[in-house]
Amino acid sequence: MKITLDADKCCAAGQCVLIAPEVFDQRDEDGVVVLLDAAPPAAQHDAVREAAAICPAAVIEVHA
Amino acid sequence: MTARPIAVVGASAAGLAAAETLRRSGWRGPLTLIGAEPHLPYDRPPLSKQLLHGAWEPEKLRLRTEEQLAPLDLDLRLGTRATGLDVATRTLTLDGAESLACAGVVIATGVAARTLPGTDRLTGVHTLRTLDDALALRGRLTKGGTPAGEGVAGGGGTRRLVIVGNGVLGCEAAAVARELGHEVTVVGIEGTPMAAAVGTDVGTLLAEEHRDRGVRLLTGTVEGFDTTDPGDGRGPQVTAVRLAPGSTSASGGAAGGTRLPADTVLVAIGSRPAVDWLTDPALDTTDGLRCDAYCAAAPGVYAAGDVARWDHPAHGRPLRFEHRMNATEQGMAAARNLLAELAADGPTGTGDGTPAPERRPFAPVPYFWSDQYDLKIQAYGLTAGADRVETPVRDRAGRRILALYGREGRAVGVLAAGLPPRQIRALRAVVADPLPWEEARERIAAATAAG
Repeated sequence: MKITLDADKCCAAGQCVLIAPEVFDQRDEDGVVVLLDAAPPAAQHDAVREAAAICPAAVIEVHA
Repeated sequence: MTARPIAVVGASAAGLAAAETLRRSGWRGPLTLIGAEPHLPYDRPPLSKQLLHGAWEPEKLRLRTEEQLAPLDLDLRLGTRATGLDVATRTLTLDGAESLACAGVVIATGVAARTLPGTDRLTGVHTLRTLDDALALRGRLTKGGTPAGEGVAGGGGTRRLVIVGNGVLGCEAAAVARELGHEVTVVGIEGTPMAAAVGTDVGTLLAEEHRDRGVRLLTGTVEGFDTTDPGDGRGPQVTAVRLAPGSTSASGGAAGGTRLPADTVLVAIGSRPAVDWLTDPALDTTDGLRCDAYCAAAPGVYAAGDVARWDHPAHGRPLRFEHRMNATEQGMAAARNLLAELAADGPTGTGDGTPAPERRPFAPVPYFWSDQYDLKIQAYGLTAGADRVETPVRDRAGRRILALYGREGRAVGVLAAGLPPRQIRALRAVVADPLPWEEARERIAAATAAG
């Protein structure tokens, strides 16, 4: 799995951090998403897919 | 016999989430996605912000590319309206009188902008709900920037914008228009902007933000419009908004005349759930499509997003949200529950012998955000309909606010602006379920003490 972000679209909802805190974080100054792990281990894949699906700004793209 | 499809009616965020979840959860039968607009699914929150501002182009709002949609193997019907649903047979009627007998239906038709009578044929009077709405309004606000193919008044561009309605949408559009350099007047029935959504404490702070930037805020109701006919065949053009007698400026004084000169008017007075087409008496369409806790409106018929009013298990009453986050979450929940129901009822398109999943009540923590100028407001839980609001943090100079909303003795919602992201995330847990008011206050204090 490889993750890419269109962080420009981020609305700082922080849902991705709640769902997959080992993969996503937020910048302190404006809450914009930060990618901690662009190629997370298999144990994280379901959470990452959930985060991508829930993101209200469609920022997270997951590539097989 | 040809397998019946699941039809998702509505091709915006909720409908798209439902369609994707149906596939991800194993629906291999035919899947029809029906959208009234001609566009591929796109995102609406940026319409009143980045798109209206001109910072983003429509492609950036697209939720999926054609390549991303392809694996869903959709029967995609864009520019198509559903005109009826027979609940007993789960049969949809589409534009052109086509009948579509379905295995299941997810209704995600959203809401339509409310309008004022007599504005249909007035040039310069706009609503803001769809991409086409936003592009038309942007064409008038962007100086000399008439979008290709849009028959809007270009040239010198408009200068005076009157926004009728001081809810979230009206306030967001006011911020953008000010940033673009327009004279902006906001007229609302409420004395305080966004008060219906967030209460008067937070609304008062927002009012100051707008006033500081030169937005004129008025309280009043619209009586009618003045127009002129430029004789160019486009019909009458708006020149002013006439207010009913008794309208006042939000700071208390008289409005200084009840005629507001306007080149462009945005009517942002809320929306109506798009349920007119649902006339089957088996459905309750009072303020949206009434659903149970599983998002089911009837056997095999589910609803999601702005149109759905369902029994929220944690709040014990029917609720309907026009929030972007809810559209996705409820689309996913409705799709999963529909599949669970179909699997329990017998062989379905999933057909792989796996045990049927249980339906689960849909119990999200509601979330919404609003961007105005450089202020980002974020809220969890219920902020509308509170009988008690407290603002433990209200720092005007630092532009920080934290408000707690209560109802019937329990804390049900929280709103924040200007706080660190970690603190804002921690606030979510406080209102995930309604807590006794005092306990919630203590937890709020703890969540904001650190950092």
